[in-house]
Amino acid sequence: MKVSLSWLKEYIDVDINVNDLADALTMAGLEVEAVSDRYDYLNSVVIGRLAKIDPHPNADKLKLCRVDIGARIITVVCGAPNVKNDMLAPCAMPGTCFPKGTILEKSIVRGVASEGMLCSEIELGLGANSYGIMELGRNYSVGFPLNKALGLSDPVFEIDLTPNRPDCLSIIGTAREIAAFQKKKVTYPEICLPESFDDISDYTSITIMAPELCPRYAASLIFDITVGPSPFWLQDRLISVGLKPINNIVDITNFVMMESGQPLHAFDFDRLAENRIVVRTAREGEVFITLDGKERRLDPEMLMICDGEKPVALAGVMGGLNSEIEDSTTKILLESAYFDPVCIRKTSKKTGLNTDASHRFERGVDPKGTITALNRATQLIAEVGGGKLIKGTIDEYPNPFPDRMIDFSVTALNRRLGIHLDINDIENYLKSIEFQVHKIGNDRLQVIPPSCRVDITKFEDITEEIARLFGYNNIKTTFPLIPAEARHPSKKIESRDRIKCLMTGLGFNEAINYSFISNLSCDRLNLEPDDKKRQVVDVLNPLSEDQSVMRTSLIPGLLETMKYNISVQNRNLKLFEIGNVFFNTGQKDSLPDEVEMLAGLWTGKRVDAVWFSKEISCDFYDLKGVIEELLGKLSIVNIHFTRMPPTSCFYTKPGFTAQIIIKDESIGLVGELHPNVLSNYDLKQAAFIFELNFDRLINHIPETKSVSPIPKFPATSRDITLIVNKDIEANNILQSVIDLNEELVENLHLFDVFEGDPIPAGRKSISFRITYRSSSETLEDNRVNNLHKSISDRLLKKVDATLPTV
Amino acid sequence: MEKTIEQIKKEALKELEAASDSESIKALSVRYLGRKGAVTQYLRNISNLPRESRPEAGKKANQTKKILDELFKKALKQLETSSYETDNRIDVSLPGRVTRQGSLHPITQITQQICDIFVRLGFDVAEGPEVETDYYNFEALNIPKNHPARDMQDTFYISDNIVLRTHTSPTQPRIMEKQKPPVRIIAPGKVYRCDSDLTHTPMFHQIEGLLVDKNVSFGDLKGILTTFVHQIFDRETSLRFRPSFFPFTEPSAEVDIRCVICKGDGCRVCSHTGWLEVIGAGMVHPAVFENVGYDTTCFTGFAFGMGVERIAMLKYGIDDIRKYFENDLRFLRQF
Repeated sequence: MKVSLSWLKEYIDVDINVNDLADALTMAGLEVEAVSDRYDYLNSVVIGRLAKIDPHPNADKLKLCRVDIGARIITVVCGAPNVKNDMLAPCAMPGTCFPKGTILEKSIVRGVASEGMLCSEIELGLGANSYGIMELGRNYSVGFPLNKALGLSDPVFEIDLTPNRPDCLSIIGTAREIAAFQKKKVTYPEICLPESFDDISDYTSITIMAPELCPRYAASLIFDITVGPSPFWLQDRLISVGLKPINNIVDITNFVMMESGQPLHAFDFDRLAENRIVVRTAREGEVFITLDGKERRLDPEMLMICDGEKPVALAGVMGGLNSEIEDSTTKILLESAYFDPVCIRKTSKKTGLNTDASHRFERGVDPKGTITALNRATQLIAEVGGGKLIKGTIDEYPNPFPDRMIDFSVTALNRRLGIHLDINDIENYLKSIEFQVHKIGNDRLQVIPPSCRVDITKFEDITEEIARLFGYNNIKTTFPLIPAEARHPSKKIESRDRIKCLMTGLGFNEAINYSFISNLSCDRLNLEPDDKKRQVVDVLNPLSEDQSVMRTSLIPGLLETMKYNISVQNRNLKLFEIGNVFFNTGQKDSLPDEVEMLAGLWTGKRVDAVWFSKEISCDFYDLKGVIEELLGKLSIVNIHFTRMPPTSCFYTKPGFTAQIIIKDESIGLVGELHPNVLSNYDLKQAAFIFELNFDRLINHIPETKSVSPIPKFPATSRDITLIVNKDIEANNILQSVIDLNEELVENLHLFDVFEGDPIPAGRKSISFRITYRSSSETLEDNRVNNLHKSISDRLLKKVDATLPTV
Repeated sequence: MEKTIEQIKKEALKELEAASDSESIKALSVRYLGRKGAVTQYLRNISNLPRESRPEAGKKANQTKKILDELFKKALKQLETSSYETDNRIDVSLPGRVTRQGSLHPITQITQQICDIFVRLGFDVAEGPEVETDYYNFEALNIPKNHPARDMQDTFYISDNIVLRTHTSPTQPRIMEKQKPPVRIIAPGKVYRCDSDLTHTPMFHQIEGLLVDKNVSFGDLKGILTTFVHQIFDRETSLRFRPSFFPFTEPSAEVDIRCVICKGDGCRVCSHTGWLEVIGAGMVHPAVFENVGYDTTCFTGFAFGMGVERIAMLKYGIDDIRKYFENDLRFLRQF
């Protein structure tokens, strides 16, 4: 909301400078976002002297004025009748933005370039005079900006009000706040109604059929008015706060709304059927055309102002075209009402109409301010639009709002804020913002907030008022008393931090991708129709299709990140992410299953070409090694990597994917990205990914850890090479050794796998080293040799192997 | 006596000068200092000298022995060193073989820093779901349906009653429903708002704090947040608290810090105000306590919330919030 200082000063003396005032307002909770001077547009309007006036070669009524603007002399085409030699007048330079919104540009008028514009009072927004250009006294310096020359300055405060303070949605409301911190009083406008005639009840009536939605409706009548442009002072006030003048009647209603915060509406009385007002809810399917010319379909939750036959206004939101004030209007019915905030908000939301009126009604106007505002507007309309006032007002207010009485303990207030004010200080603070205060004993206050303070309903609300007035920054900094007790951090958070740390140690950069992904992601991942990952949660109002469903996998995000990085030439990527994925449970209004996942992606080179090595691309085993190291560091045991059956592999390449199993529980997969998925994402280089269920993974992290003793006796090792069927997985053979349960076998280390000559086709050789150690003695060679031979013999049978012939 | 010790020394030095490899130096050493070496011989023959000149001659001979020994050793070492230098040296300017470390996302780092500060102050870390019910995200926090306060946050909807949480505040009622006072929690997490421009991304991170106990005051809130700001920025960073509005706190406050970029002189980052809004806070509204069944006559508390991206921007000088989620490696590697 905009508040101009000149208007404020109508109601309050301001004796601090503009910046201090802005600061003080901010510190009172009325955040000033910007301060500007509304005459800044006159910076580019300078005092010009008409040095020479020639006729326009191509137009009889135009003149070519040579205007001295100090620095130089320019040519201006002007049609004003009052131009004369040596006269001083305001000359607007190109770029000037006039109060009515137009911007001056250099132009060619009838074939002659005009470098500026000589302006009238009305064009500059400085008065009502539209006759000719504005003539200035002789004592101004040529070339000086007009605002400086005339001393025109009016700071305008742009205030960002929080929704709890509708009482400040007006100039007087703002003045009340200033009065409180300046310890002054607001001068309220004096209302004196002109002489009135007849009796309003002879002319009209008001029927409220929905009193819960319209607790109060008041009206006055003014006859024989003349609709026309508003006087300059009125237009000037409205322009100062960014409102557009329309006509004297509408301008007065806007003026009073800005002044008091009470929205008003004027109806053309002659256009009200049966000359009466009925307030009722709309009928299902009823149609109504609002002032902006748009047809609105109504529903029974909307409140309508009607005449004897039909709706004439969408209550509290916008008037109707059918009762609008026109130039020919002579009789008006002026409305001032209190509407239910929730009702107005719903209507405003449904119709998409957010008006100055609805903005105030939905936050809550002063239920006691209805008549004051009505009288103020009635008085001003009679002044500005002439006419005669019909005696009295109709004020339908079947169930007046009771005063809100709040009773509280001063001790409790001090304790909540951590301050030590005495009861009199608190009394004075509250009186400064127009609360009624009654002391009860030494510690209790009974207060009634002013009716405009709709936000004050509880003791706690009072504490904020006191804190505000005392000054948040004057409250002493203290510390809560906290017992020296500690709880264990949750395993989830602790493990997550540790895993992130380990992943960075393994060379991975952490990425954070949006939780929403494209609705095409499941297709891009090649998922089967019945894949669980297709149970996505849709966002009803996404910003774009690319962010329209909640992710069920971290892979699409990592692929988008890969794509982005490759587009900016980052081709070697090691990325990981930990985050939630979301599965639709299929039940309406129930929360989705949120599962935390850990995923990684490795693409490009493992080793770039460097002086000691050729470049080496990363592959499956690089990423598998990362997982092995990660799980190992987490002290997780019983980890198996098994071939992923081709039927359950969709976005990774069949045959190049392993399932990761810990103690018989599958926790994820690692593999090469399927070429189809790569092409779906427009990617051209191979990528390896893993995705682990973080929640399951952390269950396998042991709570405690114990150290194994360092062996006392030396180990000895023997190598063995077996030639086996190509399809036998290496781990089968190693597992076979383990399954022999030989106590002295300490470790197995696979060091070579070979296919091709001299190994026969369909076979491969596998070499590994067995480390033998006893915990009680140094092993003798003989014993090791015998054991090694025995193991080797048993293996040959077990895995259908042969020994190499050489 | 055939030669004086001076003569021996002189000859030795002369020969040393002529020696060009380690073998000849080693031979020299034997020839002069070995068991049958000239100096050794000389020492042995001292007993043949007249009694009165023996001590002086002995002293001189021993000195010579020591000097020669040192010179031989030095010469040997020099020769060795220069042979490494010339024959075997490596190019130390070649880049090292690196095991490149990865990096934690700046949001993770700042989140950890913030949580650590509060953990040191006795808070526990808690978390809640990112997809929330309307109840926890709004109603339990005293934001009824059709209240203008709902306009303060643009909400992503999943259904009429399910939303992407717009703030981390729903963790407040969730925790309080499970735990009786005293409560001291800090709750980081992702939040979502239907907004995207230079200063807004539809997903961002917040950290919520809540402390409930007997006799907790607004002064205590100021104390904790002042400590926090001094820890995350520095002790010279001044703060101001000003009135604001959140439906779930009363009184409510915005906490501004002196602009860390311009130190208060006014710059683009602080919109020339010299202040930066970093934390929203307040005393927990009694309606929130009533919703979770806390006795409002017995307990008071405070709550606060802050945006992680904003703090990270200020700490690292990041000027575009979208950078966080582009995950450009050249950006990530800097952390």
